[in-house]
Parts: sequence; structure tokens; C-alpha cells
Amino acid sequence: MKRIGEPILTVDAISLAFGGITALSGISLEIRRHEILAMIGPNGAGKTSMLNVINGFYYPQAGTITWKGETRRHMRPYQAAAQGIARTFQNVALFKGMTTLDNIMTGRLLLMRRNFLWQAIHFGPARQEELAHRTNVERIIDFLEIQAIRKIPVGRLPYGLQKRVELGRALAMEPELLLLDEPMAGMNVEEKEDMCRFILDINEEFGTTIALIEHDMGVVMDISDRVAVLDYGRKIADGPPAEVRISPEVIAAYLGQQADPHPPGDGMGGG
Amino acid sequence: MTASAPDTFPKLLLEHARLRPDRPANREKDYGIWQSWTWAEVAAEVEALAGGLSAMGFRRGDKLAIIGDNRPRLYWAIAATQALGGVPVPIYQDSIADEMAFVLDHAEVRFAVAEDQEQADKLLAIKERCPLLETVIFSDPRGMRHYDQLFLHGYASVQERGREFAHDDRGFFAREIAKGRGSDIAIILYTSGTTGRPKGVVLTFDNIISTGQNALVFEGLTNREEVLAYLPMAWIGEHIFSYAQAYCAGFCASCPESGATVMSDLRELGPSYFFAPPRIFENILTQVMIRMEDAGWVKRKLFHYFLGVAKRVGLPILDRQRVPFADRVLYWLGNGLVYGPLKNTLGLSRVRVAYTAGEAIGPDLFTFYRSLGINLKQLYGMTESSVFLCIQKDGEVKPDTVGRPIKDVEIRVAQDGEVLFKSPGAFQGYYRNSEATAETKQSDGWVHTGDSGFFDGDGQLKIIDRAKDVGRLERGSLFAPKYIENKLKFFAWIKEAIVFGDGRPFVAAFLNIDLEAVGDWAERRNLAYASYQELAAQTAVYDLLQGCVERVNRDLAAEPAVATSQIRRFLILHKELDADDGELTRTRKVRRRIIAARYQPLVDALYSDQPAGRIETEITFEDGRKGRLRAELGIRDVPTSLPMVEPVAFKKAS
Repeated sequence: MKRIGEPILTVDAISLAFGGITALSGISLEIRRHEILAMIGPNGAGKTSMLNVINGFYYPQAGTITWKGETRRHMRPYQAAAQGIARTFQNVALFKGMTTLDNIMTGRLLLMRRNFLWQAIHFGPARQEELAHRTNVERIIDFLEIQAIRKIPVGRLPYGLQKRVELGRALAMEPELLLLDEPMAGMNVEEKEDMCRFILDINEEFGTTIALIEHDMGVVMDISDRVAVLDYGRKIADGPPAEVRISPEVIAAYLGQQADPHPPGDGMGGG
Repeated sequence: MTASAPDTFPKLLLEHARLRPDRPANREKDYGIWQSWTWAEVAAEVEALAGGLSAMGFRRGDKLAIIGDNRPRLYWAIAATQALGGVPVPIYQDSIADEMAFVLDHAEVRFAVAEDQEQADKLLAIKERCPLLETVIFSDPRGMRHYDQLFLHGYASVQERGREFAHDDRGFFAREIAKGRGSDIAIILYTSGTTGRPKGVVLTFDNIISTGQNALVFEGLTNREEVLAYLPMAWIGEHIFSYAQAYCAGFCASCPESGATVMSDLRELGPSYFFAPPRIFENILTQVMIRMEDAGWVKRKLFHYFLGVAKRVGLPILDRQRVPFADRVLYWLGNGLVYGPLKNTLGLSRVRVAYTAGEAIGPDLFTFYRSLGINLKQLYGMTESSVFLCIQKDGEVKPDTVGRPIKDVEIRVAQDGEVLFKSPGAFQGYYRNSEATAETKQSDGWVHTGDSGFFDGDGQLKIIDRAKDVGRLERGSLFAPKYIENKLKFFAWIKEAIVFGDGRPFVAAFLNIDLEAVGDWAERRNLAYASYQELAAQTAVYDLLQGCVERVNRDLAAEPAVATSQIRRFLILHKELDADDGELTRTRKVRRRIIAARYQPLVDALYSDQPAGRIETEITFEDGRKGRLRAELGIRDVPTSLPMVEPVAFKKAS
């Protein structure tokens, strides 16, 4: 079985505010090697802000981030990417006019060593390098079972497949930590099942650590090793799914103060 | 064949590995590139697998099930099993666990080779119910890392064991193969069966090799052919074209990357020998026509003009008849501008022989391909005959016949119209089902096909329907449902049709729209719809299909024997008929009786004077969950054409 290891990323007492609005207040969170961590919480709880802090889109006003033993005030997006943090977005952010293959190939960009001129003449070492990267990309295409759309511009693909291509691009970076922002939003049951299978397989086959935001409680309970619950920019629970789902604070956050004694069931949350 | 000729597939494999070690035997598109294996490499792979199986306790006579998409490794599993004197039992890869359990249990399978986790999971789920199943080998290790069952083994590790095994006993493989005889059982294929439980058809090496060889000689095929192995491995046609004949002639069989990439893989490969059931040819044509609608007007004009030329002179040119010089020039021009590029796009430009069979093919569809210069022909055969019974000869091709019996095959039509045959390919019997065997195979060697047909004036066989489905209307006139259904299905809008009429006062029909074609048609007319059910219920769609039904009625009116079979009432079903719901067989043949029982209220409504019928059905989703679907369906009355007093005059008018 897979072994969940020591923390690979630790955020300590992170606070983030936009003008007078506090998005995150004093959140501490650990992500451990090889685990699947789900972040849940009502809308506006600060989940996406947290991901943005982790990969350097936002600079928090207070707190520190420790990534692989190195502590700093904030990450920079370029740094995060170069050091093995990849992510997908809530709204698909692909190059619409480019093919699936080319989109995933862009995920290899940071790993390419030859400069622009070498690549332009496409000869000798540059050619060798491109072949190696292409092999890697083809393995991802095979892994995500998207061979049939390899040469199709992603703008013409249905939403569910675009999400898969975006996941492919993130995988192409060979990340140690993969951040997925609502990977299953807007999908039907079948597409969700496929996506769950891919997330579990990525975690198992490559040992990639995964932190994801998801609203579908059924999915969260099924695939995550640990769940962190955010509400109004604070962390109100953190633990195995079975524990979190019966925590009174979590139930209160989702259902209001007049908490129902019964634990929340599948399908809770969402809108 | 001479006495010394190889009489089993493993012997043929060794011979090819000796005669043409460096020629490709298998290809598979993987990671975006065509990977190939030569005959020598295939022989080594098969030897390694056979060694591994043997080390794991596989004995002569054991059955090995094979479940998955077309993959070289699965074809090698067939050869390895046969080399050890075992019997391969391929199973349809989209079988649900229940169907799979029946076959595994009935065939007494001890070993199974599964393509991937999906298939392995199904086997694990039914393992309890199949006590004989001992060992499961999986080809693709993805997702299998945490399975700790001791009976699960990776394909590569089995081969590794085989190589060690061979190291200790070098002559083992050749010795085992030499023990094989032509009269041994080569394979058991379970037929999907339009009624009841599947039956296991037992075929020997002699059966398959003699028939396959005769067909190769008939068509003049060589070891340089290219085929695409893309139809289900459990289907006899696929087994003959991509395994048996490939081993007989020594040509290369290539496997597509995935089920979804078949069309683009076909285009890259450009096979010279090609088989497809009519529905695939139909899908290709539908796609071409839809795409041409979107092309610029110059291209569209060119396309339609030259298709007109091809329709006029394409067939005589293909059949090497005399054609005026001017037409030849036009056709040559059309070939450069339209037919050539079109065939190239479809991957059919190198085709020397293409077959279609299994269902009747629409005459328009058939002549479309032939007029482009593709040598598309029909054949007649079934699992019980190792496929080939009749093949159309070049130059004698007609859209509504299946050709003459090939060498060594005898065919006769019984009193009641049923077709019977005698052939070296005739099966040995149904596995563990002597009752069904006795019903089908007479003691004097004649085999019942269950098909109703007759020989036309040129001595070509013409099949009209399943014998058991041919019935009578209330007033006693002939009712051949499939004949009418096929006429309906030749329209691009209609995906499936089921007609009723046996013992009834008139003929009525269920229709299934073709979502792609009708959806496109609706979009071009700005008709909004959110689901299949909604589209199928639109008045405009009903009008569209009524036009089709009326044309079929006019056709039927012109043929005295079936003029009374005109369709009076029809409805459009709210859901697509589906194999998962048991409404179609795995090869997409309609199960008439099951459909009639399931939609009984709708059948009753058709034979009442109600304007609509109500139905609630259970449906199965792809993941196996069940749901209920409720609908009220409109029924249309269709005017029938009067039987023509002089059918000849009618033909002229049309």
C-alpha cells in the first residue's frame, strides 16, 4: 500500500487580505508526501485563495510557506512551477487554438534545456530533446486515454475533455505536488468517475501528492486521505474523511447554526 | 494442401518465423507511433508466454479465456494456448459480468488473459461463481499495483517465467507444437445469439485453415496484405481475417491505438484487405456527407458533379466493361479531384478486397463505394461455417446477393426456404450442448443456417431473412420483417427499425432515429432539443421519418410478393435500443422478441386507434446502475400506396 510520508509543504499562520476583506486569517496547513488532500468549504471560504498562495499567485501579508524544507514569506509562480508544483484551474485555462498534443507539450517547457535558436533549427541535440519530451507527452496521452483527440484543437473539445487535457498539461511538468481546483465541476456522473479514477491512478502510479478543491462530497469522501475544511478564511477541521463528516463545526458551517444532529450526506454543498 | 503443409496455427507461426523472419507480423499503434513485431519476434513472444503458462500448470486441453480490445499480446495468447494444445476462448470485451460468468463457467475455463484493470475487475467480481477459474493474467499493469490476489499475474512476468523455463528445456516449444494435429480443437467461439444463452461453437484447425485458405486463393491474396484488426476478437470474422488468414498467408495484422481512434488509424495504415459490417460503411458515408455540407460551394459542386459521374460510369469501369472514351476521361479527372483524395482520407485507397457481411447493405451505400473504385463485395457465412460459404466474384457483384458458394462448399435450399450447407469449415458442434448441435447439424453433414433465401437467375444466393422470423399477416400473405426493416434502415435518419405484422392485420413499426444525422438535420433547421428523447418526439422529425416510410411503402407496393406488407402506423422510440438493455446483441442485431415483450404497451397502442402510446422502461447506465424512463410517444398513420396493377410501368416511372 502507499505510504504517506512527512509534510512536503507546510503553510504556517497565513493571512491574506484584499483591502478590507480578509480572505485567509491565520491558516496553518500541512500537505504530506503521497497523500490526497481535499479542501472543502462553502463558497468564499478561501479555498482557491489558499491554492493561489501555495503556487505564488497571491502574496500573503503574514505567515510563512515551507516547501521541501525551505521556508519563505511567499512563493513566486515561476519558482513554484520550476520546483515541482503544478496546478489546474477552476475555469479551464488552455490555449484554445492549439491541439491537445501541443497544449500538453507546453507543460514540458520548463524542462527543456535547449534555447530557442537550437529548437528553431530542430537539429541534433534539440531534436533529441524534443523526441524525449514527445515520448513523455505521449505517455500522458496514453495514461489519460485521450489518443483520439491528440490532433484536435482544444477549443473544439467538450468541457469534460478540456479538463482532462488541462490535467495532462499539469502532469507533463512531472510535478511533486499537483493542485487541482474543482477538477470535476460541471461534469456528468460518468466523467466524474473517469476523473476520480485518473486522480487515484496518478497518485498511485507516480506517487504524486495531490491537493484538490471539490464540492461533490461523495467524491471527496471516496478519494481523499485527508480533508481540510475552511470557512470564512479559517480552518475549522482537518482529518480523515470519516472524522470530518461528523464534526459538529463542519455541520454547522454547511447547514447553519441550528445544526442537524445527523451527519451530512453525499451531495451536500455545491452551489 | 500437401500432407507436409503445416496443419495448425503454431506450426504456421514457426514456418513464417523461418521463411520470413524479418517481415512484420503484428503492429500496434502505441504512444502515437506504429510499433511492429516481425514473425521471428512474434514467435519468441509466443514461446515465452507458452513457457510461462506451462510453468504455471497449463495442460493440454485446458481452456484459456481472452478478454480485451485488439492487442498483439492477446493474439499471441491465442497462439500460445494453441501451441500447448489448449483451447482459446475469446470473450466479447464489452460483456457485462453476468454474460462473462456464464461463458467462463460453461467453457470450463482455468486460465484467463485480461487486457487491463477494467477486464480484470470484472473477472475478480465473478471469480467466486467460476470455481474452475484459477489464474488471471493481465496485460496492462496500470492501476493493478495494489491488487494482492495470488492468482493475479502480470503478462510480462509470465513471459519472464517462460524464458527461464525455456532456458532449462530448449526444445519444449517445438516439441509441444509438433504434438498438435489439424483435427484438434483450435478455438471455441461463443455466438452472441439473438435468442437465449450464448452457444460455444467448436472449430478445429482443419475447419478454419481449409476455409481460410480457399478464400485466400479465391481472391489471390498474398503475404503482402495489410489488415486492420479492429473488430471484437470474440467474433469469428475478426478471428479469420486478422488471425487465421494472417497466419495462413503470412501477412501483417495491425491493431489500432484505441476504439476511438480506428478511423484515423485506418487512414494511416491504408489496409489492402478490409472487412467492415454495413453500419461502419454507413457511418463513414454519413460523416463524409455531413462534412461536405459544411464545405465551400466550389468544393461542394465539384463533389456532387463527380459523384454523379461515378454513379453513372464507376461500376462498369470497376467491372472492366466497355465505357465510352469521354466518360473514361471524366472518371479519370474525377479520380484525381474527388475520388482519390476521398479514398485517401477514408484510408481506403489501397484496398484490393473489401468485404461487408452480417447484415444486408443498402444498394445506394454499396454502389457508392463501388463507384469510387473500391472493390467492396458481399459474402455469406457464419461462425458455424468458419465464415466463408459464398463470396461474390470480381465482375459479378450485385447489391442484393451474397455470391456463389466457394470451393468445397455445397449449398441447398430446403422446401421451407431455409438455406443448408456442407463445407470443410462446418463446425464440430456446440460445446456441451448436444441438443442444440443435433438441431443444427444433421447426421448426414448438412448444417441448418436458420436463414431464409433462394438462388437468383445467375446462381447467386440471396438471403431475405432469418427463417424463424418470416411469418404471415392475418390474411395469409408473406411477412419478412428484416426485409422491410432493412429498407427503412437504408435511410440515414433511421438507425434501427423493428416491424411487427406476424398474425396481425397490418404492418406497424418502431423506429430509432440516428442521433448524429437527425441531430445535424435539426441543427441546420434551428430546431432546439436538449436530449435524444426530446429530439425523437419533435413533430418535424416525425414528418421527416414519415417521408421515409412512405417511400418504403412505394417500394414495397412495386413488389407483388410483399405489397401487402406496407407500413400503416409507426412510432419513434424515445431511447436508443441498446445491447446493455438486452435489446440488441453485442453485434448490434435486434432481439425482436425481447423488444416486443418489453414494449408491449406500445405494440398494443400501434394496433389500436389511439394517437399515442405510453411506456415506462428500465434502462441500464454504462456503469451498471439502473434507472426508469417514462414517456408518451406519438403514433403516426401513414398512407399506403396501392399495389400497382402493372409493376413494370411503375418501375419505369420511378
